[in-house]
Amino acid sequence: MAKSDTPLLDELEKGKWPSFVKDMKQAAQKSPMAEDLLRQLELSYKDKIGHWKHGGIVGVKGYGAGVIGRYSDRPDLFPNVQAFHTMRVNHPTGWFYKTDALRNLCDVWDKHGSSLTNMHGATGDVILLGTKTEHLQSCFDDLSAAGFDLGGSGSALRTPSACVGPGRCEWACVDSLDVCYNLTMHYQDKMHRPMFPYKFKIKVSACANDCVASIARSDFSVIGTWKGDIQINQKEVLAYAVSAINIQTEVCDLCPTKCMEWNGKELKIYNEDCTRCMHCINLMSKALRPGKERGATILVGGKAPIVQGALLSWVIVPFMKLEPPYTELKDLIDRIQDWWDEHGKSRERLGELITRLGMRVFLRAVGLPAVPQMVKAPRTNPYVFFWPEEIQKEVK
Amino acid sequence: MAKTDIGPPDYKTMLPPVIQRNYGKWLYHEILKPGVLMHVAESGEALYTVRAGSPRLVSTDHIREICDIAEKYCDGYLRFTSRNNIEFLLDDKDKVEPLIAELATRNYPVGGTGHSISNIVHTQGWVHCHTPATDASGPVKALMDEIYEYFVTSTLPAHVRIALACCLNMCGAVHCSDIAILGIHRTVPKVDNTRVPNMCEIPSTVASCPTGAIRGDMKNKTITVNDEKCMYCGNCYTVCPAMPIADPENDGISIWVGGKVSNARSAPKFSKLAIPFLPNNPPRWPEVVDAVKNIIEVYASHARKHERVGEWIDRVGWERFFTLTGIPFTDKHIDDFDMATETFRTSTQFKWG
Repeated sequence: MAKSDTPLLDELEKGKWPSFVKDMKQAAQKSPMAEDLLRQLELSYKDKIGHWKHGGIVGVKGYGAGVIGRYSDRPDLFPNVQAFHTMRVNHPTGWFYKTDALRNLCDVWDKHGSSLTNMHGATGDVILLGTKTEHLQSCFDDLSAAGFDLGGSGSALRTPSACVGPGRCEWACVDSLDVCYNLTMHYQDKMHRPMFPYKFKIKVSACANDCVASIARSDFSVIGTWKGDIQINQKEVLAYAVSAINIQTEVCDLCPTKCMEWNGKELKIYNEDCTRCMHCINLMSKALRPGKERGATILVGGKAPIVQGALLSWVIVPFMKLEPPYTELKDLIDRIQDWWDEHGKSRERLGELITRLGMRVFLRAVGLPAVPQMVKAPRTNPYVFFWPEEIQKEVK
Repeated sequence: MAKTDIGPPDYKTMLPPVIQRNYGKWLYHEILKPGVLMHVAESGEALYTVRAGSPRLVSTDHIREICDIAEKYCDGYLRFTSRNNIEFLLDDKDKVEPLIAELATRNYPVGGTGHSISNIVHTQGWVHCHTPATDASGPVKALMDEIYEYFVTSTLPAHVRIALACCLNMCGAVHCSDIAILGIHRTVPKVDNTRVPNMCEIPSTVASCPTGAIRGDMKNKTITVNDEKCMYCGNCYTVCPAMPIADPENDGISIWVGGKVSNARSAPKFSKLAIPFLPNNPPRWPEVVDAVKNIIEVYASHARKHERVGEWIDRVGWERFFTLTGIPFTDKHIDDFDMATETFRTSTQFKWG
């Protein structure tokens, strides 16, 4: 038997978890690009270093986003991945597919690219992993004919994403899928033609469980919530109590606001103390449901570390009703992006700009009132700014 | 000329009929067993979901195989999750077990629901990125092989979300994970003065440094790096390709713990540093696998039901976390960036470990 070209990667074909090396080898059967990718990766495993050069600017006609340029630093050894660009394809919202659509994507990618993909990338797009420069336009043309379009990249609005929401989840307080799809269609221009200081991410979660991690990784985070009382079905509470759950220790004792009392027969909720964390509802979905008046909390500023450190998003609108065509939401996004675009430095995310100029300045610029829900506590230092109109003019 | 700005296909055309009929009218759900969900609607109709793991890096033929399975059991309807799992969606309960049996014959792990370890969110690594300090798919595969049982069962105190990013750019929310595996560089970028003048914009390179370690050298149209201020984030390299930072012998992996994004019970929080450095040791990264497994096992045996890793640590204290896990505490664990002092202890209330 011939000696393997990839002894190190072959080790990763072993074991119970599905192996990406098997997928790479499968693609290498039909694509010389995938074959060279596999061999280059083996070299990385040997050298303990990546072998990709800094990206170059490549793209398709009319777009400044959606394609990530990538070139091998060893084209002498791996000529088929000399140019090996990524195409980001906007996924159907919620990552729902009918197989004919998926098969179309596969056919287009076998025709033009490496036959390798990521299902999906971190932001949510289908990642078509590697093709040559001369294939980009024809690949895009075929994708477009198949009903697909590119996602965002660079200093653009990145592909918005949403949790499964009302598609499958009884906890959905907003129609996360529709909000996300509506915004995606409305902001096509901002996604495809980068014009911002840096990236801008929008993610929509239909409840506070936040299954798309919007609070941690989106500049503009929409999280479903409610006003009013949690809906209780006492009969079902009792059914949980006798079957599966210790209501006192697992529900009441773990409630962050201790807003529940259980007497063995009835669960009492002091709703004015509830902060809608979802724990009790998660545990007893038959018995407890979110309140009837539903909307979303809007938060901004979340991001990963680069440049000035990671941030979790901050509350800026405690409650907003979300109904099509989502005019209030879009107006707010536009005002925020306009302010950021005007004041942000190159590669400064929204959260960093707010940190630099102050939340006070941001709120005034986008026309939002200061409310206690925005802070964990008021400031402790006396370094307070006042607006000129708040100060009595000196009389000369 | 192709049509532009058509946007993604309308998700409504991708929803199985049972979802179209019951959209927004779901009443409750149950986890029938690991990897199998039943969602019941107000109408009484039920939707069954069978969740299976994937390597995320998948070939078109693998996707076609997934399509074959979905067509055989699910009328061609499926979805992917935010953690790269495949979800087969069906309304016929009688097809659930045959589907699971077929997935087993094809070696698809079924699980990732409830108090389990779901698929590891990860980045591109050496496969396709220009700034990685480690690979992504390799360490993930090596680790998932070792903790496979936690995916196909539901035996942990709460769910444990693991994520891997191959550099500080963090394409993925690793900074708020129960356990985050983060590739790091440890040496200063090497400035190539012959290439900087042609390839790089000096002011933006200077501005890219979070600690002000880079200064412009206008006379020579290049930049200098103050080694003492550099903490190797690699952001300058993103802006200026003529200052590569990768270093095979010194790049590696750091481990962070206790983050979460859900608001359930405690507020969302960042992961905190547990292990500052482990070596890159392909193809199976044994030091990383052992370290993560150790943290999972200590957590599993000490946390109370429903406690996430960070909630467990908050209860027992970080001093006890280091004792229980046997992880050495070093000067690297003490913050020295912007908000460092907020993490210093300002009371006499602490444990002896």
